[in-house]
Amino acid sequence: MIRWIVITILSVGIVGTAVWGYQEHQEKNAILIQAENNYQRSFHELSYHIDLLHDKIGTAKAMNSEERLSPQFVEIWRLTSEALSDVGQLPLTLMPFNKTEEFLSNIGDFTYRTAVRDLENEPLSDEETETLNNLYEQSADIKDELRKVQHEVIDNNLRWMDVEMALATQDEQADNTIIDGFETVEKKVEGFAESNANSALIGTSSNNHKYQNLQGDDYSENEAIDKGKELFNVQDEDNIRITESGDGADIPLYSLSYRDGEKNAYMDMSQKGGHPLSLLVDRPVGEKQLSLNEGQQIAEDYVRNHEFENMEIFETTEYNNTGLYSFLYSQNGVRVYSDAIEVKVGLDNGDILGVTARNYYMNHQDRDIPEPGISSEEAKDMVNTNVDIQEEFLAVIDNDLGEEVLVYEFLGILGNDTYRIFINAMDGTEEKVERMDGKEINFAAM
Amino acid sequence: MTKKMFLFTIIICFMSIGLHVTNQPKQVEAFSEQVIQRGAVGDDVIELQARLQYIGFYHGEIDGVFGWGTYWALRNFQKEFELTNVDGLAGEKTKEMLERATEYDDAFVKEQIRKGNRFTHYGGMSKEKQTAPKKKQEQPNQQQQEQQQPNQQQQEQQQQEQQQNNNQDQNASPKEQGQNANEENPGNEADGPANEGGEADTAEEEGRTTAAVNVPQGFSQNDINLMANAVYGEARGEPYEGQVAVAAVILNRVESPTFPNTVSGVIFEPRAFTAVSDGQIWLTPNDKAREAVLDAINGWDPSGNAIYYFNPDTATSGWIWGRPQIKRIGKHIFCK
Repeated sequence: MIRWIVITILSVGIVGTAVWGYQEHQEKNAILIQAENNYQRSFHELSYHIDLLHDKIGTAKAMNSEERLSPQFVEIWRLTSEALSDVGQLPLTLMPFNKTEEFLSNIGDFTYRTAVRDLENEPLSDEETETLNNLYEQSADIKDELRKVQHEVIDNNLRWMDVEMALATQDEQADNTIIDGFETVEKKVEGFAESNANSALIGTSSNNHKYQNLQGDDYSENEAIDKGKELFNVQDEDNIRITESGDGADIPLYSLSYRDGEKNAYMDMSQKGGHPLSLLVDRPVGEKQLSLNEGQQIAEDYVRNHEFENMEIFETTEYNNTGLYSFLYSQNGVRVYSDAIEVKVGLDNGDILGVTARNYYMNHQDRDIPEPGISSEEAKDMVNTNVDIQEEFLAVIDNDLGEEVLVYEFLGILGNDTYRIFINAMDGTEEKVERMDGKEINFAAM
Repeated sequence: MTKKMFLFTIIICFMSIGLHVTNQPKQVEAFSEQVIQRGAVGDDVIELQARLQYIGFYHGEIDGVFGWGTYWALRNFQKEFELTNVDGLAGEKTKEMLERATEYDDAFVKEQIRKGNRFTHYGGMSKEKQTAPKKKQEQPNQQQQEQQQPNQQQQEQQQQEQQQNNNQDQNASPKEQGQNANEENPGNEADGPANEGGEADTAEEEGRTTAAVNVPQGFSQNDINLMANAVYGEARGEPYEGQVAVAAVILNRVESPTFPNTVSGVIFEPRAFTAVSDGQIWLTPNDKAREAVLDAINGWDPSGNAIYYFNPDTATSGWIWGRPQIKRIGKHIFCK
């Protein structure tokens, strides 16, 4: 009797487990399929977009009228961005596919620059036409390779989840068609990069000046530690660790870190000249004792005492009992946006909690600033008439193409919003318009 | 003690109470010593905005954050009242002038902010007309609200009385004040759910003293929180600069042509961050992680412009070792 009861209970248990296990299995499969479908969608869209891209570049080559060319370039630009975002959704991060992505973004940069230009006054140069031809051929190669992979994928029912597994386990033996296909694409593009090197494609990024303002002799580690003690505001050097940067750093750096209970600090210092590029102090910040304004005095003193000259306060902001101050370099009253320094002050006791001067050291130089070609009144005429202008400055900014331009900067109000408007001081072009926000409803406390 | 004396004392007592109550609404809260400038937050900013609104210079929300709107309002005030320095700084002279020209009802304003009501503080209008509860409750509660009005006035008076008490004891925290208010008016339904016991408490704990917060240009608190999630999931055991560096890598990737162009795109890119694939990103981040993200957004980059990093003890991919390395912070190696 008891035996039968036990047998019944056990078999019910087994059946129950089986049913439960089967349901779990089903659910897992459903989720796997959904993830797989997302990958498949991105992949097929990528092939489609590259195909379309190739097609559009081809059409652009044949176009002659300027009115048509600009929209066409805009279209290509849009497609490169779509294709890039498709790539971003595929599990390729640990796979070397970045050359292809760079290629796409180069096409984007090129077409954008040409699209925003007034092609009627400044038609495509011979070089640019040549570049366009190259792009056409190269995109054809990529398109063909991708279509090949796509064919394999559809024909053999290949799954992206397997790619993910293969990449995750780094299984050398695994013969994965998709990975191979993408590696072929990448190899092809590597070849292009060289042939493109002379065209106008490369070197458009704005802030890659190589720290042109670093001067002075090389610092030894001991000198660096001495300076570190001074800047960290500590007496003994036992808690300071120093390391040198590796090959990948933009310039040779010393990194200093200081650990002592509640106060931790860190600093990057250039080996050449021992300039502190960035400094961060981490400690608990107590009750606010100083106003944002008093903190500003401290920040200004700090900037003045540390070899930065002619810096002018630009923005002040208070976050959780710390004050953040941005300074801009001002050359004879013209403020230079790229030469910025940020200083963080603890509003509990007025300590400096952080400094970053990377931008300053990277971009700062003695500029030859020309006289404005138009008057400020003329520039004002270029501004939307509904904007009520309140303040104006002369400034140097990096425009969309990454070139430094002299501009009139106007701060104005439209409705309830404040706008910062930059008008080129030479030809009156509207270089940039920014809506100033910088505050938001306090969601955390709703 | 004679009977006469006794009566006299009682009368005096009553009179003083009467005086007290009638004097209440005119009571003027003064600014603290500080010079208030753009970017500041806190009680002084609330007072500044309320006073500027009282005489019609400021039409934005009284939210306790000195933004551009407040800046222009203050400058216009300075211009109109012919102060020598039209600089958008609320210094001694400006504050004095404001105090003379306007009135400020601290209790009313603070109460509205605490409740999250929409309200204004214009002079010469009754305060009841200048406040409305949060948008979502407006419709169903409208009638109730009207019925409750006498009740509300009463409550306000109580509040003010309390304010008086608190003023004598300068250290009374807003938290106590909030709790008392709730305890004394348990039956006030018009307050809505947001103000019921527990929830109000948590709101106070998180320090709702202002209705808005500063955020870096172009970022929302949600972006910051998402990044803080990623940073906490990836680097919670790391030194502070290691956390800032991870946040900086996310931002560098947004800038880089080879990665998606949005913060969320970068974070959720498949296989990009282990914390995303194993779900650790959904742990609740601490304040350190949030601070680290703010620092990274504001320009600090201890990673030295890196776009990759890995933990040498657990890295499975051989490819990552081939990237040019920049430096090591804590357990992570940062590379190009």
